[in-house]
Amino acid sequence: MAKVIVLTSGKGGVGKTTSAAAIAAGLALRGKRTVVIDFDVGLRNLDLIMGCERRVVFDFINVISGDAKLNQALIKDKRNDNLYVFPTSQTRDKEALKRDGVERVLDELKENFDYIVCDSPAGIEHGAITALYFADSAIIVTNPEVSSVRDSDRIIGILASKSRRAEHNLEPVQVHLLLTRYSLERVKKGEMLSVEDVKEILSIPLLGVIPESETVLKASNTGTPVVFDQESPAGRAYLDSVARFVGEQREMRFLQPERRSIFRGLFGRA
Amino acid sequence: MAGNLVQGAVFTVMVVRAGMLRDPGFEAELAEQVRRSPRFFHNAPVVLDLKGAAEFTSQAEFAEAKEILRRHTLTLIGIQNAAPAQADAAAAAGLAGFAPNATQPSRPRPAEAAPGAGPLPQSHPPPSAAKSRLITQPVRSGTQIYARGADLIVTAPVSAGAEIMADGNIHVYAALRGRALAGAGGDAEARIFCSRLEAELVSIAGHYLVSDQIPPEHRGLPVQIALVDDRLTIERN
Repeated sequence: MAKVIVLTSGKGGVGKTTSAAAIAAGLALRGKRTVVIDFDVGLRNLDLIMGCERRVVFDFINVISGDAKLNQALIKDKRNDNLYVFPTSQTRDKEALKRDGVERVLDELKENFDYIVCDSPAGIEHGAITALYFADSAIIVTNPEVSSVRDSDRIIGILASKSRRAEHNLEPVQVHLLLTRYSLERVKKGEMLSVEDVKEILSIPLLGVIPESETVLKASNTGTPVVFDQESPAGRAYLDSVARFVGEQREMRFLQPERRSIFRGLFGRA
Repeated sequence: MAGNLVQGAVFTVMVVRAGMLRDPGFEAELAEQVRRSPRFFHNAPVVLDLKGAAEFTSQAEFAEAKEILRRHTLTLIGIQNAAPAQADAAAAAGLAGFAPNATQPSRPRPAEAAPGAGPLPQSHPPPSAAKSRLITQPVRSGTQIYARGADLIVTAPVSAGAEIMADGNIHVYAALRGRALAGAGGDAEARIFCSRLEAELVSIAGHYLVSDQIPPEHRGLPVQIALVDDRLTIERN
């Protein structure tokens, strides 16, 4: 049975789209048939991050309103056969996300995919609510700073009260914490909340910690999900997170300074 | 004026079953009860329940009952569930008649099955389970919970930006980071208990403290908060 995953955060700019692209690509790399959908109607970005912006013809809204067929709108990723991108409309607004239309499209996707990854817009209004409504699992993308943590807390509350699973008294949406833009240096200086702080406040299981890294920015700008760069710490952290998501045990990395860098600090400049 | 001559009032009165007075062990047991809480029994009013009792048809029998109870500092003031003949005798002995309602043993009585070994009827009204509302999931930012006419018990963290309210007490067996308003209906006796005080605001019956006014030495600690002389006081638990 296909699983619907939403990446959500409440707050904007924390790395939802980057993470949605990375998680979806990571699942595809594990051989899972995966589609990633852009729910941010009017502020379309996922296609850029996935590097398929020049191939968009029809979009999510066209399919919801019946103007296009699903297979006309889905874009197959050039790097991985299991990965599809479902772009959204840049000209419409969130009101075009009709709940019954979204449900119909998701039901159709479930027949062909193992995982449906929904990239939510920021906020707690119609767009974000629609993106999380049908979720089976949620990945809460959070930065280690107080405003992001509070907004995440709010969105976790919404998942527990306004999702389809909550409204129909089904098993609750599984909620996971993904901590992004984590800088060990800044935590040490007291400029950022630590992993432990965030876990304590949100009290949900930790899926992964993504270190702050220039490779993430570069990956976004070149339209390559960061997991395709398996040498980069951020890429490895996302792949670990995906492994944990499918049930594997992986040790948390990047929570201690790497020994290599200490030696470099001591002797490297000699 | 006339309206003030007679006023209604409700009292709690002990009830003794007539059959028990005939029980040889009764006096010893009563003496023991009185010894344990002398102040409670001192000059306390008692009503004799005549249900199922065939005797007590003469004034003298009531006088004797009165005497037995008097020995243990109790005052017989009336009867209940009397047959007409019993009621006349009781009236002659100066005892009032009480309505037969609402007398319930507060515990199952083995006394009826095994006469002679029964415990004293309890004088307290049966303990009623105070109403409370239990929340076991974290109370997330933006959520409001109101326990109307009840206590609120939360066994998970209450996040910053969440608001919990109760007409009664509030118990949080985790970190309290949001707002907590106890005695929301005006009950100044209500209290707030939490295992970790990091609240944005605490309030009892409309008196409140915001985070800035909470003394830093109580932050992060298990406390209880009560209203004393119209001031919120925080005490380490």
